[in-house]
Amino acid sequence: MSRLLAPALLLLLAACQSVPAGPGAVPEGERAIFEYEDIEQRDVLYTIDVDDPLEPLNRGIYKFNAMFDRAIFLPVTELYEFVTPTFVQDRVSNVFSNLSEITTFANSVLQGKIERASRALVRFLVNSTIGLAGLFDPMTSLGTRQQSEDLGQTLGTWGFPAGPYLVLPILGPSNLRDTLGFVGEMAAYRAADPFGVASFEGDHPEILALRAVDQRHQVGLRYYQTGSPFEYDLVRLLYTRKRQLDVEK
Amino acid sequence: MLAAAALMALAFQKRVLAQGYDYPFVNAYEATVIGTPSIYRAELPKQVPKQELGLTVFPNRRIPELFWYHDQLRYTVVRQRQKAPLIFNIAGTGASHNSRLMQAMEKIFYKAGFHVISLPSPTHPNFIVTASETQAPGLLADDARDLYRVMQGAYEQIAHSIEVSEFYLTGYSLGAAQAAFVAKLDEEAGAFGFKKVLMINPPVSLYNSVEILDGLIDAIPGGPDNFNAFFESLFERFAAIYRDEDFLDLTDDFLYFAYKKDPPSEERLQAIIGIAFRVSAANILFASDALTRSGVVIRRNVSLSTLDSLTNYFKVSVRVGFVDYIRHLLYPFFEKRRPGVRLEELIEESSLHAIEGYLRGAEKIGLMTNEDDIILAPGELDHLRSVFGSRARIYVKGGHCGNLEHKDNVADIIRFFGAGWSGL
Repeated sequence: MSRLLAPALLLLLAACQSVPAGPGAVPEGERAIFEYEDIEQRDVLYTIDVDDPLEPLNRGIYKFNAMFDRAIFLPVTELYEFVTPTFVQDRVSNVFSNLSEITTFANSVLQGKIERASRALVRFLVNSTIGLAGLFDPMTSLGTRQQSEDLGQTLGTWGFPAGPYLVLPILGPSNLRDTLGFVGEMAAYRAADPFGVASFEGDHPEILALRAVDQRHQVGLRYYQTGSPFEYDLVRLLYTRKRQLDVEK
Repeated sequence: MLAAAALMALAFQKRVLAQGYDYPFVNAYEATVIGTPSIYRAELPKQVPKQELGLTVFPNRRIPELFWYHDQLRYTVVRQRQKAPLIFNIAGTGASHNSRLMQAMEKIFYKAGFHVISLPSPTHPNFIVTASETQAPGLLADDARDLYRVMQGAYEQIAHSIEVSEFYLTGYSLGAAQAAFVAKLDEEAGAFGFKKVLMINPPVSLYNSVEILDGLIDAIPGGPDNFNAFFESLFERFAAIYRDEDFLDLTDDFLYFAYKKDPPSEERLQAIIGIAFRVSAANILFASDALTRSGVVIRRNVSLSTLDSLTNYFKVSVRVGFVDYIRHLLYPFFEKRRPGVRLEELIEESSLHAIEGYLRGAEKIGLMTNEDDIILAPGELDHLRSVFGSRARIYVKGGHCGNLEHKDNVADIIRFFGAGWSGL
């Protein structure tokens, strides 16, 4: 026993001595000057900590998304922005945004938010008619701004916990509840097929592509824009808190 | 007699600036956090024709996988259609080439008829990874050499696409101090022959300023150990506004709106500035530590990848701060290269005192700052007054860069680069 212990102790002692730094001469187990264990507060919930059991996978997908964004998504979006007049871009955004009132209406009803539901309904009716199928948004000019509700929020209102943080391929930050909400919404959209839009989109994948590009066009965010090595953590915190507020309000 | 006249002139100048200057915040911390609400801003174009470009500064440098996205130095160029003067702008501590203030300044200079090249701060991780020779930023002379190299590379890259009449230089916060060192470097190297240089809200001593900013985190009620509870209380305030008003965006005007609803205490504002600065400092410390293998927060035998959780490193890095970055990373790093150098010498070198003689005689360099700039230590404002004399525009309020977009400030900036301030 002691024969094993002595060399181990010697090793430990050696590791504790300060060794002149030279490249490649870093002793195994040498500690950093400041380590987490030294400052850890065991009785405190850290703001930056978010339930993220799949972190390595999520980080991998985050990197994939950033590469996809840089190689394909952004160049396509920039090409779209270059060849399309701003006026047309805004009309495209309005049409898709107007269609999303249907989702907001349905989810407001599911949450029992009658005022919100009627606002979405009125916005949809006026913008679809006077606003020429949603090309224009006279309701916002009249002071009735858009409010969004989605199935993730509805599930949250019903008491479903957010669940672990997830990064979805291409779609980006999410959590288990929002992912289920997204899938459910897609299925309901297909099944209900409001005004035949869903089946039209099914026959015309270019419309789906346009919708995706329009969304990328509207989201100003760029991956690694912060430059921070901790961007993954910061985005995770912001997403989680933002969704928490969306559910609470 | 002369001194009395000078004093009177100073007093007179001060009164003129105080009169009719309608920047709204008299509290320096309010100004620093909220900036300039849009009704007080200069009218600027909504968009300018700009392009983001990448520059490979060191072709043989291997970028670690952890920083794979920093494959090139990123900068912005804004072009005029015709021959025009070109101005380089250097961002403040930890800021990127397209930070909010940098974008505002692009509009100011574009409207005034300049081509603009916006550069990230040498303390921004993108710069540390791709363009810093030592990858341990903070020594002004070294940072200036790195910047000068980048400026020449960037200009070379775009020279075929613009016609330049003359070169100008500016920067805000840490970028202002770096601009002064770059200007001095250019006197000898002569690549640009800058016609005029404007320093906006510079530190006098980098060390003094980071010590002040590092210390602001102590304003958290209950001290830094209470950070998490403080964050939750801030979050709850924003949540309340979001619930009541049903909108949330993090523009200055939203902050102004939140401020008007319920003005936060001075301690709270100090804590917010302190936290924002600590996050910047954490980025710098972590990036530099990973690249130089200094063993400050990352064990020297550990190589991190993009799949590794960095959350605990974040918690530590935020607590360490900038002063300890200087003491435990920067100083040992340079002590190895310059045996026997004392910390005090490095601190002195990273201050405007190191080039005071040059600054006193450099007619082309102007200074714009505020009496209540929070990054200045006692006595430093008077020092700036004495060094720059009539080349200084000192506002009575504005905090640290809070009033940069105010219409009077913008007019003064444009006037400086045009006819100049003499005769004001």
